[in-house]
Amino acid sequence: MTEDIKVDLELDLRGLRCPLPMVRVSQNITKVPVGGIVRAVTTDAGSLADITSWARTTGNEIIKKEQGDKDIVFFIKRSK
Amino acid sequence: MTDKLQEETRERRKATIFVISGDFEKLFAAFSIAIGAAASNMDVKMFFTFWGLRALKKNVRTGESLFARMLGILEGGDINKANPGKYGFFGLGRWMFKKMIKNKKVAGLAELRRLAIELGVEMYSCDTTMEVMEIPKEKLIDEVADTVGVGWLIEQAQQSDFTYSF
Repeated sequence: MTEDIKVDLELDLRGLRCPLPMVRVSQNITKVPVGGIVRAVTTDAGSLADITSWARTTGNEIIKKEQGDKDIVFFIKRSK
Repeated sequence: MTDKLQEETRERRKATIFVISGDFEKLFAAFSIAIGAAASNMDVKMFFTFWGLRALKKNVRTGESLFARMLGILEGGDINKANPGKYGFFGLGRWMFKKMIKNKKVAGLAELRRLAIELGVEMYSCDTTMEVMEIPKEKLIDEVADTVGVGWLIEQAQQSDFTYSF
């Protein structure tokens, strides 16, 4: 696991289905300061594309993605 | 134009969603897309007409005249009574769908609507169909922003980055 990225907020979104994972990310991103990092863990396969697109449309940045057996881990930087 | 510049020179993006159906899967898709757009920083407006009004109805009887009362009985109940467009089987399909959705931890219709409201999605009802079907404003949920018509819808559609209809 990556330990060198400083995470400001952890989001456990495992078990949630579309469209909830991206909605929870969008609702929680403002809880970290601009430049802060949210680490979100999902299990919904569609969230891989969804959260990636969400970041593009909202101008936030995914600095790292990790895909395990079940879990998908996003490190999302709040850009504005 | 760079993304940043484009963003600065443009106001928030807009989406308009037109809902004429009261079918479970269409309402499900309409609310999911509304929520997704709102979460993507868009201003979202939903317009409900005909059977789509079910999505805004309180769980109360509607209709004064004979035909409207009959319709009120046949179309009884609120958003939780939305039947799937296929395999309705007099409520069996609805029951089965709800169970399947719950088992997979997918949000139900009422939850999706609540989330949409929470995210600032605005909901509008169609004036003329409310009149015809005798569903007065008081029988719709309090969150309905306004009762409007086609002129309003055209204006919203013109200003929108996308419109969907269900």
